[in-house]
Amino acid sequence: MTDNMIQGASIAFDKVGKAYTKAGGATVNALEGISLDVAPGSITGIIGRSGAGKSTLLRMVNGLERPTSGKVLVGGEDVGTAKGGKLRAIRRDVGMIFQHFNLLSSRTVAGNIALPLEVAGVPSAQIKPRVADLIERVGLSAQAGRYPAELSGGQKQRIGIARALATGPKVLLSDEATSALDPETTQTVLSLLKDINRDLGLTVLLITHEMAVVRDIASHVAVIEAGRIVEHGATYDIFTAPQHETTRSFLSGVTGVTLPAFVRDRLTQTAPASGGEEVIRVTFAGAHATDPMLARLTKEMGIPVNILAGAVEEIGTRPFGNLLVSMPMPQAAQARAFLEQHGLLTEVLGYVG
Amino acid sequence: MSANLINLLIEATGQTLYMVAISAILGTVLGLPLGLFLATSQRGELLSAPWVNKILGLVVNATRSVPFIILVVAIIPFTRMVAGTSIGTTAAIVPLTIATVPFIARLVENAIREVDSGLIEAARAMGATPVQIIRKVLLPEALPGITLGLTLAIVSLIGYSAMVGAVGGEGLGDLGIRYGYQRFMPDVMAIVVIILIVLVQLVQSIGERVATAVDKRATKSGGQ
Repeated sequence: MTDNMIQGASIAFDKVGKAYTKAGGATVNALEGISLDVAPGSITGIIGRSGAGKSTLLRMVNGLERPTSGKVLVGGEDVGTAKGGKLRAIRRDVGMIFQHFNLLSSRTVAGNIALPLEVAGVPSAQIKPRVADLIERVGLSAQAGRYPAELSGGQKQRIGIARALATGPKVLLSDEATSALDPETTQTVLSLLKDINRDLGLTVLLITHEMAVVRDIASHVAVIEAGRIVEHGATYDIFTAPQHETTRSFLSGVTGVTLPAFVRDRLTQTAPASGGEEVIRVTFAGAHATDPMLARLTKEMGIPVNILAGAVEEIGTRPFGNLLVSMPMPQAAQARAFLEQHGLLTEVLGYVG
Repeated sequence: MSANLINLLIEATGQTLYMVAISAILGTVLGLPLGLFLATSQRGELLSAPWVNKILGLVVNATRSVPFIILVVAIIPFTRMVAGTSIGTTAAIVPLTIATVPFIARLVENAIREVDSGLIEAARAMGATPVQIIRKVLLPEALPGITLGLTLAIVSLIGYSAMVGAVGGEGLGDLGIRYGYQRFMPDVMAIVVIILIVLVQLVQSIGERVATAVDKRATKSGGQ
C-alpha cells in the first residue's frame, strides 16, 4: 500500500434509540438506550440473534439508519444529524462490507474497486494505481479483469474489502461479512481483516451471530438482545466469565464443550437426597488456564474427579479452558471452593443420581 | 408480380422502418428518464417524490389503457400541431411515440426495480449522490433488462405501425390492407406478412444478442 497508517476513528453510541411506528400506530423500539464506546483502532464485535437490532445499530455509523433518540459520533462527528455533503464526507471515511457482497455484476473486479473513487471524484489518472494497489493487497491481481459472477464467495468478499478500503476510511463496518462463506474461507477473510486492522490502524466494527468470529478477531464484544446491550467488555473477559444468559447460550455453541448425551439425559436440577454426583463447568482463565488444577484437587484434597468434556482455546494469544466434570456430592462444595480460591470459575450445571 | 408492386413493397418497408426507428428513438429518449423516475421516486426512494410519482403513474396507465387505433384518431389535433399535418408517415410518428413512451417507461421501471437493493445501499454507504447511484449503479446493472424491454417495445411498434394506415401513415400494414385485402391480392398480403415476420425476428434476435453481451451476471465461460 502507498498510504501510511490511517488514524482509526472512535465510534460512540450515546443512549441511542430507534423507534418505528407500525401500520396500526403502535410504536416498536428496535433499539433502546444503547451506549457503547468503540476505541480507535480496535476490532469490536456486536453479537446478537437475527432481529436483535444489530444491523440497525451498525447502519447508524454511516447514516444509513438514523437514531430517533441519542447520538452516534464517529471521530467526534455527529452522524445522526449530518445531511447532504457533510454526510457523504463522513461516509467516505467509513467503509462497509456486506454479507452478500453487493458487488456490481456489470463491473470487473477493478471496476468495482474503482467505484467509490469515481464517486469521490478522484481523477482517473490516480484511480488506476490506487486500484492496482488495493487488488494486490487482497491478493486478486490475477482476477483484476474478471466479473464477480466468475469468482468464488471468498474472492467476492475480498473485492468487497478492497472496495471498502478504496477511499482510505478510518472505520470499517462489517455486516455479517463471513456468514455466507464456508468455515475455511471465513478464516482467510477474518485474517485479512485482522491484517488490515493491524497494518492500517483503522477501527473495525462488525456484527455477527457467530461467537467464533468474535473469538477469532474481536478484542471487544457487545452482546445485543431485543434492542438492548445486555453485556459488553473485553472478549477474553466475556468468554471466561459471561454474566448474561444470552451470552452463555452463544458461548455454548462456540466452545463446543457440551455434556455427553448419557449424562445430559440423566441430569436433574435438584440434588439427590444422598449420594450422586454434582456436574460442574470449570473455566480456566488467565494465568491459571494451563495449571493442572484437577490433578492437584485429587492429590491434595483426595477428591476424585470425573472428566466429561473439555477444551482449551485461545483468544488473541491468551489461553482459556473449559471443562465439564462430575464429583461425588459430599465433597463437591469443598472442591468448588478450592478451585475458586485458585482463580478458576465454576458453575453447577446439575446433578446425576 | 409487377415491377410496380415490387417498388411499392420496397417503399412500404422503408416507410415502416422509418416510422418504427424514429418513434423508437423518441420513445426511448422520453420513456427512459420517465421509467427511471418512476422506479426511484416512491416514498423513501432515491428521488422520493410520492405525489409526482402517483400522478405520472396514473398518466402512464391512462395512456396505456387507450386502444392504439383510438389514440391515433383522438390526438389528431395534437399531431397537426406537432407535425404540421395530421396525414402521412411523419405525422404517424406522433401517435406511435405517444403510445410507446409509457410502455418503455414501464419496462425500464421494471428493469430498474430488478436491481438488488443491496447495491443501492452499498453505493449510499460510499457517499454516492442519487444521480451518481442512477448513473453508475442502476443504469449499468439494469442494462440487460432495459435492452430486452426496448426490444419488446420495438416489436410492438412494428405491430402498431401497421395500424397508422388509418391516418395515411402508409407502410407495410397499410399496403397489406389496401392491396392484399381491398384489391383481393392475397400474394401481396402474404409477402407483407412475411416481411413483417422477418423484421420482428431480426429485431428480436439482435436485441437478445445485445442483452446477453451486456449481461455479466452469469458465467458464460464456465468460471475458472
